[in-house]
Amino acid sequence: MNIVVCMKQTPDTEAKIVLNSDASGINPDGVKFVMNPYDEYAVEQAIKLKEKFGGETVVVTLGPKRVIEAMRTALAMGIDKGVHIEDPALENADAWGAAKALAAVVKGLNADLILGGKQAIDGDMAAVMASVAEFLDLPQIYNVSSMEMAADGKKATVSRRIEGGEEVYDVTLPAVMTCEKGLNEPRYASLPGIMKAKKKEIKEMNLAATGLSAADIKSKVKINKYLPLEERKAGKVIEGEPEDAAAKLAKLLREEAKVI
Amino acid sequence: MSQGILIFAEQREGSLKKSSLEMLTIAKQLAGAVGGSVNAALIGSGVAGMADKLGKCGAAKVYLADSDALKLYSPEGYATALVAIIKQADPAVVLAPTTVMGRDLLPRVAAKLGTGVVPDCVDLRAEGGKVVAKKPVYSGKAYIEATVPEGLQIFSVRPNTYPPAPEAGGGAEVVKVDAGVSAGALKAVVKEVRKAATAKPDLTEAERIVSGGRGIKAKENFKMLDDLADVIGATVGASRAAVDSGYADQSMQVGQTGKVVNPTLYIACGISGAIQHLAGMRTSKVIVAINKDADAPIFQKADYGIVGDMFKVVPVLTAELKKMMAE
Repeated sequence: MNIVVCMKQTPDTEAKIVLNSDASGINPDGVKFVMNPYDEYAVEQAIKLKEKFGGETVVVTLGPKRVIEAMRTALAMGIDKGVHIEDPALENADAWGAAKALAAVVKGLNADLILGGKQAIDGDMAAVMASVAEFLDLPQIYNVSSMEMAADGKKATVSRRIEGGEEVYDVTLPAVMTCEKGLNEPRYASLPGIMKAKKKEIKEMNLAATGLSAADIKSKVKINKYLPLEERKAGKVIEGEPEDAAAKLAKLLREEAKVI
Repeated sequence: MSQGILIFAEQREGSLKKSSLEMLTIAKQLAGAVGGSVNAALIGSGVAGMADKLGKCGAAKVYLADSDALKLYSPEGYATALVAIIKQADPAVVLAPTTVMGRDLLPRVAAKLGTGVVPDCVDLRAEGGKVVAKKPVYSGKAYIEATVPEGLQIFSVRPNTYPPAPEAGGGAEVVKVDAGVSAGALKAVVKEVRKAATAKPDLTEAERIVSGGRGIKAKENFKMLDDLADVIGATVGASRAAVDSGYADQSMQVGQTGKVVNPTLYIACGISGAIQHLAGMRTSKVIVAINKDADAPIFQKADYGIVGDMFKVVPVLTAELKKMMAE
């Protein structure tokens, strides 16, 4: 079973996000970049499936040089090899452009399963993988939290949480799936794994190598500007013994906040 | 010439989502500036009856794709049906709620139509006839303002951002659309929908939430929060610390790697307010923090705070609110 993981490098969940001076993006100074947390579930799932079914696992990543570090993490966890797509034309690619480039590369990898995280925690768009699925004419399942693969590796039963319950799907492979927390417990890279990862192949590709032109990846969504959060003012601290404070709080919620 | 606004009216198992009616509210607000009428797309099997409600709440036309193959959601089937409706209705703007279905469906539809989508918006306004969307990024640590400059503009809107459109009489003209979806051709099909044991709204759609953090100390102590939640009709959530400690189920996690919530009232009990938790709930209209640590960061974001032992405060609060609700 050949499995491709589309991975992104994002700021760490604990990172403080500060906008740059012209509000065209964030200031990357001092921001620690890591593998997108949801992509860890995709990497783990790929490795587990390979352990059971054999085949090859490939991680495909788009972005500047720094993303190679996150790719090495995936390789150290056990992914076989990587493809790194980097091109000045892709620097500000939106979901459309990124998906076009990823799909162009994935198409040549003969994948039975294409995995990604349910969303990247920077753009929070959750649009790339569904677009990849469309460009490759494959079914997609977003937000997968459990997966059972048939013994022949041709079909999978997957479930995902929806509002107020769970949907269980029968999926004929090849397919695109995005992974949610709870799907598995991502492993830590072992020391031998880290040593091995250094020698694993990461193929470099620019846009032309994917067979696409700048026109093919032209953004559909325009970001006018970034905005900082409105600061929430610290409110009232209600003094008193627990009983008194709780009674005062109940009254404030009804009479002042008017939410009860 | 494309014009008007088409809202995707999400229904599951024969009931129309409240968030679909929220789409009608914002669609009506934008319609004057965008031009054209407000219409709805309704997809399912045996769902024609919902067109009446959509009409009363403001849809001029309801484009209906109704067939057995569309009884349960499937990404390919619904995307094909929505594209068929969009081609017939030819709107300038498409809106849908940011639900699991909306998250799954809209990017696929946008890719099929070769246009852009801005998901999970928290504010939409019109400027020069185009919709300008405000959307949280970096898990709610910043926003972007974005547009789809050319072609069809597609947006999903976070539930609870706008009130649901009230019934105001009137009816919708129903336009039947043949989606051309056959069940046999689908490569991903729902074989079962498992309902959660609770009838409460999902965290992402809840108007009131009571959440527990590390301070809850044990799984069974969530009973205390359940009691409070029952009194005020809230859904119970948890912080990552509570989930990782095994006190709460993963499906209850609020925060950056959990659910993003947008309630009117959020009561955080024993939650310190780590940046990754705040990222998931900071758009809550009123935040209440109950924590024994006066220095907990949650107090910097809370509208009301009580520095005290939640095990003493919460039962009294529950009793007080119960009295109040009974009045």
